[in-house]
Amino acid sequence: MTDHNPDASAEMPLAPRTPPQALHRRSVQAILYGRGVDRAKKAKARLGLAILAFSIVYLIIGGRLVLYALTPEGPVAQRRVSGDAVATSRPDILDRRGEVLATDVMTPSLFAEPRRIIDSDEAAELLTAVMPDLDHSDLRERLGSRRGFVWLKREISAKQQTEVHHLGVPGLGFLTENKRVYPNGPEVSHVIGHVNVDNQGTAGIEKWLDSTGLADLHRAGFASDRDQKPVQLSIDLRVQHALRDELVAAHRKFKTIAAAGIVLDVRTGEVVAMVSLPDYDSNNPREANDPTKFNRLTTGIFEMGSTFKAITLGMGLDSGKMNLATTFDARLPLRYGRFKISDYHAQNRVLSIPEIFTYSSNIGAARVALKLGVEEHKSFLRKLGQLDRLRTELPESREPQVPKRWGELNTVTIAFGHGLSVAPLQAVMGVAALLNGGKLIPPTFLKRSEQEANALAKQVVKPETSVQMRYLMRLNAEKGSAGKADVKGYYVGGKTGTAEKVVNGRYSKTKLMTDFMAVLPSDDPRYLVLIMLDEPQIIPETKGFATASWNAAPTAANVISRIGPLLGLVPRFDLPTADRQILASSKPTR
Amino acid sequence: MVSRATRSPFASWWWTVDRLTLAAIITLMLGGIVLSLAASPPVATRIGLDPFYFVGRHIMYLIPALVLMLAVSLLSPRLIRRSALVVFAISFVLVIMTQFYGAEVKGAHRWIIIAGVNIQPSEFLKPAFVILVAWLFAESAKKPDVPANTIALALLVASVVALVMQPDFGQTMLISLVWGALFFMAGMRMVWVVGLTGVASFGLFSAYYFVPYIARRIKRFLDPASGDTFQIDNSLESFMRGGWFGRGPGEGTVKRILPDSHADFVFAVAAEEFGIVLCLVLVALFAFIVLRALTNAMRNEDPFARFATAGLAILFGAQSAINMSVNLALIPAKGMTLPFISYGGSSMISLAYGMGMLLALMRERPSAEGMASQQRIATAGIPA
Repeated sequence: MTDHNPDASAEMPLAPRTPPQALHRRSVQAILYGRGVDRAKKAKARLGLAILAFSIVYLIIGGRLVLYALTPEGPVAQRRVSGDAVATSRPDILDRRGEVLATDVMTPSLFAEPRRIIDSDEAAELLTAVMPDLDHSDLRERLGSRRGFVWLKREISAKQQTEVHHLGVPGLGFLTENKRVYPNGPEVSHVIGHVNVDNQGTAGIEKWLDSTGLADLHRAGFASDRDQKPVQLSIDLRVQHALRDELVAAHRKFKTIAAAGIVLDVRTGEVVAMVSLPDYDSNNPREANDPTKFNRLTTGIFEMGSTFKAITLGMGLDSGKMNLATTFDARLPLRYGRFKISDYHAQNRVLSIPEIFTYSSNIGAARVALKLGVEEHKSFLRKLGQLDRLRTELPESREPQVPKRWGELNTVTIAFGHGLSVAPLQAVMGVAALLNGGKLIPPTFLKRSEQEANALAKQVVKPETSVQMRYLMRLNAEKGSAGKADVKGYYVGGKTGTAEKVVNGRYSKTKLMTDFMAVLPSDDPRYLVLIMLDEPQIIPETKGFATASWNAAPTAANVISRIGPLLGLVPRFDLPTADRQILASSKPTR
Repeated sequence: MVSRATRSPFASWWWTVDRLTLAAIITLMLGGIVLSLAASPPVATRIGLDPFYFVGRHIMYLIPALVLMLAVSLLSPRLIRRSALVVFAISFVLVIMTQFYGAEVKGAHRWIIIAGVNIQPSEFLKPAFVILVAWLFAESAKKPDVPANTIALALLVASVVALVMQPDFGQTMLISLVWGALFFMAGMRMVWVVGLTGVASFGLFSAYYFVPYIARRIKRFLDPASGDTFQIDNSLESFMRGGWFGRGPGEGTVKRILPDSHADFVFAVAAEEFGIVLCLVLVALFAFIVLRALTNAMRNEDPFARFATAGLAILFGAQSAINMSVNLALIPAKGMTLPFISYGGSSMISLAYGMGMLLALMRERPSAEGMASQQRIATAGIPA
C-alpha cells in the first residue's frame, strides 16, 4: 500500500469508461453507506453524537464519585469485617497418647450497632466503667455514628463479656471468633504446620486436613461448631520432645547448619517423632517463610552417604547371587574412567560382605552393585520406593533427584550413597523394609494399627535377607563405626553415613552431611532412628574428625537412651553377640 | 518567548499545536508520577522489591515517552500514515510471535522479550490500527474504486483473531469499539448500525458462554454475593474512606491489600489518599482531552485527519472510562490500565505514540482544499 496520489483521485471519477470492478465497489459503497449522501456532513453529525456519549459517560463517572464522597464509610467495609468473623473452627490435633497438639480457642469480641443505640453517651459511660482501657471520646464518637456495625474490642475475656452483658445496653453484641493455638510452640511445627489468619491450613497436617474436605465444609457454612472429631497423629509428644531436645544440643555442640531426626515404627510405618532444626513456632507462621527453616526430612533431598550401603548389601543378599561369606576384591581403588573410588578406612585386601559393611568399604559396595548390573540395581531401588516421590499426609514433599542417564558409573556411586538424592524419610522407609522382615510400608503421620499397616505393606525382600540385614546392623555396633551408639540394654544396630556436600559443582572434603541410622532392638526391630547433621564442625572432643561416627552416632545414642524407656522397650543385658543372637536363632527357619 | 515572525520548525510547531491539550497530557503524566508514589510501593514490597522500584521505572519510561510524543507530534499526516503502517506490521508480527515465544503470565501470552526488554506488542498495535482504519475509511469516501472497506474489515478480523489467541479480551474490545465507531462516523447506514450492534452482542454472549472467567466476572457484577468481590469491595472502600479530600499522602491502607494497586486500581488509591476532588480533576482532564479532540475532529475538513483524530480520542477515552468505571463498580471487572497514570512501560510508550499522533493531527494547518492545491504545485515539478 502506498500513499495515494492526489492527481489520480481528482481524475478517476471523470474517467470515460468505468471498469466493472469499480462498478462493483460502487454498489458495495451504496449498500454500506447509502446513495447520494453527503458523507462529510453525516460524519460531522455523528461526531457530535460521540461527543455527547463521552460527555454522558464522564458525567456518570463524576456523579458516582460525588456520591461516594457524600456517603460515609458504609456497608461495604462492614460486610467484609463481619464476613471474616464467621467462625471457622478446626478439629483438634492430638498426639498418639491424646495430648493436645493444636486446638481452637473461642474468644468473644464486642461489637455495637450504633443505629440501635438509644443513648450513646450513657452507653459509652457504662462501657468505660467496665472496660477502662477503651478510649472514652473515641467510643462516644463510634457509638454516636449512624453506622450499622462497629467493632468495639476484639477478643475480650469471659468476665468482661458477662459484665457487658449485665449492663443491659441495647445495640451491643458479641461475636465468637476462633483462634488456632499450638500449646507446644515449635515442638511439632514441621508435622502439624500452621494456619493463616482465616484459620485455613497452609502447611503440614493442617493443610492436609483442609484437603480432606474440611475446606468444603467451611465453604458450605458447616463446621462452625466444635463437634468435629479430633485427629490423632502417630507422633508421641514425649519422644518428639526428647528427640528435639537432643538435636538442639547437637545442633549447638557441633555448630551445624541444620539437624534433623526421625523415629519410625518399623512395624507400622508410623512416624513417632520427626524434628527438623531450625524450626519455627506454629503460633507465628510468619517464621516459616525463612528459607532455612524448611522441613529437611520430607521437603529436602540429600545424598545419604554410606547409610545407603545397607540398601546395596540388602539387594545383593536378596538376589541370591551372593551370601554373607561371598568376598569382593578391595585391594586396589576402583578406577572408572577418570574417577577413582577408594575407601575411607582402606583395608587393601579381599573383604567379605560383613566386612564391607563394618569397614564401610566404597569399593566393596560398588562391586556388589556391579555384580548385579545397572538394571537390577535400578529396579531394586524402584521397588524400595527410592526413585519415586514419596507422598505422605504432609503436603510438602519433593521428587528424588535421579540421574537422567543411568550408566555403570552411576550404579557405582549410588551403591555407596552418592549421585542419588532422596528425601531422608524415604531412605528411612527403605531401610525399615530391609529390617522389619522385608515389608515396605508407606510411612504415615496418623495413628495406624499393625493390621492396617500389613494391609498396605508390600513384600520387597525375603524374610531371610531381613535377618541377615539385622545381623549386619548389629555387627556394625559391636565391631564397626556404630560403636558409639551402642546404648547398653537396647541391642542397638546401626550404620553411619558421611556424604560430602556438593559445593560449586564439586564434592567438598570439609563440608559434610553426616547421618546415622539406628535400629532397636536389632534382633527383633521395633524402631528405626535417623539422625542427620548438616555440616558438623570438628570440636576438641571429636579429635579432628567430623564424620558421622563422631557426631551423628553419639547424638543417636543420647536420643536412644532417652526414648527407649518412653517407647516401652525393656532393657536386656548380657545378650550374646550378633552371630549367635540373630543368625543362629533364625537358622531353623532357613 | 517564541516569535511568530520566524518560521523555524519549532516556532511553526509551537504556534500550530494545540497547547491546551498538550498541557493536559503533561499534567496527566506528572500526576502519574505522584500517584505511582502512592500506589506502587505496597506492590513492590509485597513481591520483595525495593519500595520505589516501580516509581523509578515509571519515571524512567516517562522520559522517552515524552520525547517520543513530542517527536511524533511534528510529523505530517502522510508520515503518520506511513509510520503507522510500519508500526502495525511489526507489532502484528510480534503479537503472533508472543504465541510461540512469549512467557505465559496469568494464563495469557502477552509479553515478549526483545533485546532484554519486556514488550507487550498489543499495546503498540492499537494506535497504529486506529490510524490505518481511519485512513481506509477516509479513502472509501474519496475513492470508491479502492477496496478500502474490505481491507478495513480484514484488518479488524486479523487483529481480533491475533488478540483473542493471546487471549486479551480487553484490547479486542477496545479495537472493535474504535473500528465500529469509525465505521459509524464514516457514514454507515442505520441498518448496519443495528447489524453491528448485533454482532458485538453476539461476541459478548459467546465470550460469556465460552470463557469461564468472563462469565464469572459478569455474574459477580450482577450479583456480588455470588463470588469473591474482594478487589471491587476494597476499591469501593477506598473511595469511601477517602472522602472529599483524602486521608493524605501515604495514609492509605486499602492499597496494601489491593493486588493491582499500581496498575488497574490506581484510581481507587488516588481516591483514598488524595480524595474525590483529585479524582474529579482526573476525570475532567480525561474528558477535556477527549472532548477537545472530538470537537477538533468535527471542525477538521480533511477526512483522514478527522477520522484519525476521532479514533485516537475514542481509544484514549474508552480506555480511561472503562478503567474508572471498573474502579467505581459501574461495570464488570475488566483489566484495563488508566492512561498515563497506571504503571506499565509498553502502555506508556504506546500512549505517548498515540497522543503524539493526536497532537500532530490536531495541529492547525491550511484547509484541505488549500493543502491539496499546494501539494499539486509541489508535486507538479516531479516527473511521475
